Amino acid sequence: MNFKTQRENFRSKSISAKEAVQETIKKVKTDKLNIFINCFEREALSKAEYIDNNFAKFKDQPLSGVPIAHKDIFCTKDLITTCGSKMLKDFKPPYDSTVVDNCNNSGSIMIAKTNMDEFAMGSSNETSFFGPVSNPWGENLVPGGSSGGSAACIAADITSISTGTDTGGSIRQPAALCGITGMKPTYGLVSRWGMIAFCSSMDQAGPFSKDAFGCAALLDAMASHDLKDSTCSKRKNICYEKSLNDNLDNLKIGVIKNIEGFGIHENILNSYETSKTVLQGLGHELKEIDFSELSSGICSYYVIAPAECSSNLSRFDGVKFGHRSTKQKDISDLYMQTRSEGFGDEVKKRILIGTHVLSAGFYDAYYLKAQKVRRIIKNKFEEIFKDVDLIFMPTTLDQAFEKNRESSDPNRMYKEDLLTIPANLAGLPAISFPNGLKNNLPTGGQLVGNYFSEDLLLNITNKIQEVTDWHKMTP
Amino acid sequence: MAQNDTLVKGWQPVIGLEVHVQLLTNTKLFSPARNKFGEDANTLVDLIDMGLPGVLPVLNEEAMRQGIKFGLATSAKIAKTMIFDRKNYFYPDLPKGYQITQLHFPIVKDGIVDVDGKKIRIHQAHLEEDAGKSMHDQYDSKSVIDLNRSGVPLLEIVSEPDIRSASEAVNYLKKIHQIITYLDISDGNMSQGSMRCDANVSIMRPDSKEFGTRAEIKNINSFKFVEKAINFEVKRQIKCLEDGETVEQETRLYDSIKDETRSMRTKEFANDYRYFPCPDLVPINISSELIKDISNNMDELPEEKEQRFKKVYRLDDYEAKVLCVEKQTANFFEEVTKNCDPKLSAKWIIGEINALLNKNDISLGDSKITPENFSSLMAKINDGTISGKIAKEVLEEIWNTGSNAEKIIKSKGLEQISDETELESIAQSVLDNNPGQVEAYKAGKDKLFGFFVGQVMKETQGKANPKSINEILKRLLSG
Repeated sequence: MNFKTQRENFRSKSISAKEAVQETIKKVKTDKLNIFINCFEREALSKAEYIDNNFAKFKDQPLSGVPIAHKDIFCTKDLITTCGSKMLKDFKPPYDSTVVDNCNNSGSIMIAKTNMDEFAMGSSNETSFFGPVSNPWGENLVPGGSSGGSAACIAADITSISTGTDTGGSIRQPAALCGITGMKPTYGLVSRWGMIAFCSSMDQAGPFSKDAFGCAALLDAMASHDLKDSTCSKRKNICYEKSLNDNLDNLKIGVIKNIEGFGIHENILNSYETSKTVLQGLGHELKEIDFSELSSGICSYYVIAPAECSSNLSRFDGVKFGHRSTKQKDISDLYMQTRSEGFGDEVKKRILIGTHVLSAGFYDAYYLKAQKVRRIIKNKFEEIFKDVDLIFMPTTLDQAFEKNRESSDPNRMYKEDLLTIPANLAGLPAISFPNGLKNNLPTGGQLVGNYFSEDLLLNITNKIQEVTDWHKMTP
Repeated sequence: MAQNDTLVKGWQPVIGLEVHVQLLTNTKLFSPARNKFGEDANTLVDLIDMGLPGVLPVLNEEAMRQGIKFGLATSAKIAKTMIFDRKNYFYPDLPKGYQITQLHFPIVKDGIVDVDGKKIRIHQAHLEEDAGKSMHDQYDSKSVIDLNRSGVPLLEIVSEPDIRSASEAVNYLKKIHQIITYLDISDGNMSQGSMRCDANVSIMRPDSKEFGTRAEIKNINSFKFVEKAINFEVKRQIKCLEDGETVEQETRLYDSIKDETRSMRTKEFANDYRYFPCPDLVPINISSELIKDISNNMDELPEEKEQRFKKVYRLDDYEAKVLCVEKQTANFFEEVTKNCDPKLSAKWIIGEINALLNKNDISLGDSKITPENFSSLMAKINDGTISGKIAKEVLEEIWNTGSNAEKIIKSKGLEQISDETELESIAQSVLDNNPGQVEAYKAGKDKLFGFFVGQVMKETQGKANPKSINEILKRLLSG
């Protein structure tokens, strides 16, 4: 069931919040894809009852009466928040993240927390301490990552909306691989308060749904100015759901010259070409742009993100919360044992890389240089947006791939983020939407907009979805 | 400058100080928890101070304003844009595993302080958060942590290596103490740790163009220890070099009980702090309007106060300087002058009050002396009710009880005897009882006059008006 129908059913009282929750919990309990880490049945039912009893108060809220799943990176008060790690497998935060708080206030009911790559580090959901998630389109396939659980949750039709976070593509890539719509907003649009940090200068929370409509409503709930996050924008929020009704003038849409040179699979390229004709059919003009700098983004990202993560993850030391080794001899042994036992290999790898690139003697060669590349990419985007309104490109190089691929070629996994990373480096908003099936598997297209153009991105995606049925395809 | 004054056995000490000052803000540097000393352990702790996953820092603008104040007071450059960095290291009382500080773009740069006529340059002053406190001796086999101090705002003031002796270092530190307390940005209490000092010490030959290798002495917590620690360290380094060894670049700890510095860690074991800009805090622009606003509302600085005191109250250089060493003394003086003669008050504050404070080793604010009870004493001196000598006795009583002069004088019967007839009869009986001395005086032994005055004072328990006694005795003896 899509979001719009589900919300309408509540608003018209044809189904109560409690009934919606019960139905969803049934699906969560029978899930065979390992989508969830924890389910909160009791809390969800009591929240649903509260909403039913206060129908008038919640009726017109953007997410009224709709069950939601949150990525397990968002802190939930007194409810276990693991971040996909052994380190936090029993951690109960004493506070709610702003995203969860906003969603609660908007009438949604949290059912469960979704599986994810450990501390959001991964593109396949295989680094989770709680085991990999399977893609609803094929059990041996990965759903993408790091928000793999949240994307699979929508594709498997368990909830109609879910939250994710995107540092290098962690919303858009799984959205593409699972055949749903997912958006990374402008850096700073959604508060990071209570979202466990991976790379603070790029982490951004965003919505998943089958379609742009669901994403718009969820973004309406998620986005707010938050005094608790100094990097959060002071912009007055617009109503994204309403702006879907705005007429779109003919837009200039940039398409990247020689994009096939980036090593993109022909299935993806074929879908991409089809989507281009859809955009033209909607009256928009395609304009070729030169963006050869695009591929250097990945090098910059895999220096900056590990650097920040090596610092952000220092707090997991066994002293105050989370896993604590029982084998320690002294304080430095406590640190080493706790962190050796608590973190998985991918996280350790990135902490080591990050520590190295910030070390005396290497800082200039790596961290500083990576920041310069980041600046170049940002400037390039600014230049491009003088000529075009949006940029269109595929979300990923390929479709959903088989599990256990990483062990044979770790660099290939990092390369997976080639087309998504540039928007993170520049802090720009980008949306991934279904682009049709090839070989019975989804492909994804990605639109990147200028700062705070979420309304435009959602609107044009919605217009595409009005004339196509790619977003309606199910496994 | 007479540089030779500072040489030790032919060596020139070179010293730079890093002074950590806890700022007097209501809340912590990046969290809404209260900033206060001496509360029960772990009662002033917010999620942010615990470094919980997902929490974010938000800058306390009060701390920024205080940093700017310090910059203005030391004629420094205030940053147009300041940037916070993370200093990464593991320690149990550092909950996040990094300290938020400022490395390359501090709030204040290139200041100057005048220390007894010598300009000592301030390299920079930067804002940073304090760590919690580890305690290792409260439980048998456990260390415990108090996070009340975690996140308390600090201003770290880093001098250039312009200081040339231990005593100059102390005077510089006293000057910094004076500035921060005048600006009300810190209580400067060294024993409670709200002002702490690290000293970078090296030695060189006076004709050398290059500084020697320096040792950093950590956490020296009193003016006295700063002097002792530096003196010890200078002697240690001299011995090192004269024995043909080299001074190692290292961090040393001062042990005040043994009066020595000990090696803590050498350079090869120094931490690599992996500084990088804190991504949770955007670069902060400091507008010229803000600086102007702070500048317009700045409290008077010591030098300005001295000048004003000289002009308004006709004090001399010495009096103005001594009264202005501490802001609370200067404020006390001004309060008292509302009702009393400034010169007389200045004399009493500089002499008697300061002596009592030093003797008892407490500050004016912690004593029972108030502008009201002190004024009552000045009034009684001024109108001749008591003599200076009696006044000292009354002051002791005020010091002990906090009562006012009028009550003390009444209850102890200390009024000065100025009644001429009464004094004359006492004087006459003194002369009658000492005929030999009277004869000797009359024969030319002038010095005996003092003896007669003393005797009258003894008879009156010091209450006789000295001026009247002099006149009466002179008249009687010449008769």
